[in-house]
Amino acid sequence: MNPLALIGHTILALTREAGAISMFAWRGVSSALAPPWYFNQLGAQLLRIGYFSLPVVGLTAIFTGAALALNIYTGGARFNAEQFVPNIVVLGITRELGPVLASLMLAGRVSAAMAAEIGAMRVTEQIDALKTLSTDPFRFLVGPRILAAVISVPILVLVADIIGVMGGWAVSTQILGFNGATYIRNSIDFVTEWDVVSGLIKAAVFGFIIALMGCYHGYNSARGAQGVGRATTNAVVSAAILIFAANYVLTTLFV
Amino acid sequence: MTETLETPKISIRDVHKSFGNNHVLKGVDLDVSAGRSMVVIGGSGTGKSVLLKCILGLIKPDSGTISIDGEAVTGLSERGRTKVMAQFGMLFQGGALFDSLSVWENVAFRLLYADGVGRAKAKVRAIAALAQVNLGPEIVTLNPAELSGGMQKRVGLARAIVAKPEILFFDEPTTGLDPITADVIDNLIRRQVSALGATAVSITHDMGSVRKIADDVAMIHEGKIIWRGLAREVDNSGNAYVEQFVTGSEDGPIKVLAR
Ligand SMILES: Nc1ncnc2c1ncn2[C@@H]1O[C@H](COP(=O)(O)OP(=O)(O)OP(=O)(O)O)[C@@H](O)[C@H]1O
Ligand SMILES: [Mg+2]
Repeated sequence: MNPLALIGHTILALTREAGAISMFAWRGVSSALAPPWYFNQLGAQLLRIGYFSLPVVGLTAIFTGAALALNIYTGGARFNAEQFVPNIVVLGITRELGPVLASLMLAGRVSAAMAAEIGAMRVTEQIDALKTLSTDPFRFLVGPRILAAVISVPILVLVADIIGVMGGWAVSTQILGFNGATYIRNSIDFVTEWDVVSGLIKAAVFGFIIALMGCYHGYNSARGAQGVGRATTNAVVSAAILIFAANYVLTTLFV
Repeated sequence: MTETLETPKISIRDVHKSFGNNHVLKGVDLDVSAGRSMVVIGGSGTGKSVLLKCILGLIKPDSGTISIDGEAVTGLSERGRTKVMAQFGMLFQGGALFDSLSVWENVAFRLLYADGVGRAKAKVRAIAALAQVNLGPEIVTLNPAELSGGMQKRVGLARAIVAKPEILFFDEPTTGLDPITADVIDNLIRRQVSALGATAVSITHDMGSVRKIADDVAMIHEGKIIWRGLAREVDNSGNAYVEQFVTGSEDGPIKVLAR
């Protein structure tokens, strides 16, 4: 195929995909916001996305905070600014690393699981069966997942913020010789409400992306086990890329 | 037959459906009268399941119209579709049970989630429907994945009939069942039509089933209905395709290999 045609085809395909995702997102959001609500579905998803992701998010945060403290200490030492470790750790965690890294882990965990589950439902005709039972799959499957992710990812990120700062604190007091109480006080005095809130807004957007990509790719899964496998991979990859892109856009708005 | 005088329950006119270059339905015409049991026969891969899904609105035909009670349902809005679905019961070829729910919640799904029946009442009705397909109350709290294929099929059947719908669709209801259970299912389908007055459209390969459950038979081949008649006419249809299918012979106009 000649290269121009290839570029044209790619652009057309991308545009079509973007349009399809937008339509899907619109249907998903409108069914999340209007009755009938399936509260037990929402509850199950909150438990799955929120509660069961706590260990993953906590571990990610504690090691990230710890490594961040070490790096800032090393960098700061070059111009005698070691004392700024608590300030920069808390800023880096709340504004950037907490939301982004937690959401990336969740993209791996949650998007993949959603795509695999909904994809398997598509392939085994369970989605068709839902329709024949007078139940809208968007209301029953997509809406609760989107809602649950938008609610629980910010909460997870708040937990990640706290654990991340504690990771930095642990390294700083145990290895770098900081005073524990001073470190905490410095962190709290320095961090602003907006640092935290802007990170949580990011988290809500990332949560939306995580659920949307999981549901979209699962819902449109091709037939067969291979189709579900591809849907899962695509969900994780596209969620991760969209998280990075959205993070940049949101950061430019928030600085 | 008198059916030309009254409005058919289901009316299919010139329905076409292709998947890429695979032209599955090439102008299907079929009427199903109210209160009768129609059985569609035809070789594997001829589009029987696709036809059923077109009637249900799960697959959108490329062209043609499908009417229920004289009203076109092709091109219906999402909300209108949900309303039409309320009078359908469908057994999928693969069962299509929800593996996140227990057996009884599967059977009671429509009652619980669409009709707003309370859980206790819904469970009683689910257990009653399961009894009709020869499944005892000991399996109701199991997960569908813990059942055998034939049991899953019967749970799917119970789910299709539990709300006593007006129109029932059965995609190969007795495939994979032992002959005794198959007979129970055949009788059950027959009873839905004769005693409850439902209209049924079934797909089967089993000529024994055809004789037991069908009032009318239609044969699909190469994307078209090539023969339809009464169930008792199927053994001397005078149609070479039907004869080959009924006798299950390799020799005849239906080519088994290349197409
Ligand atoms: N969703 C789909 N996408 C693409 N092709 C499809 C789809 N559904 C069915 N087909 C194709 O349509 C043709 C008819 O399939 P269908 O399942 O209707 O056959 P069938 O008559 O029910 O066969 P069987 O008796 O084996 O169940 C097949 O060639 C199948 O590959
Ligand atoms: Mg089939």
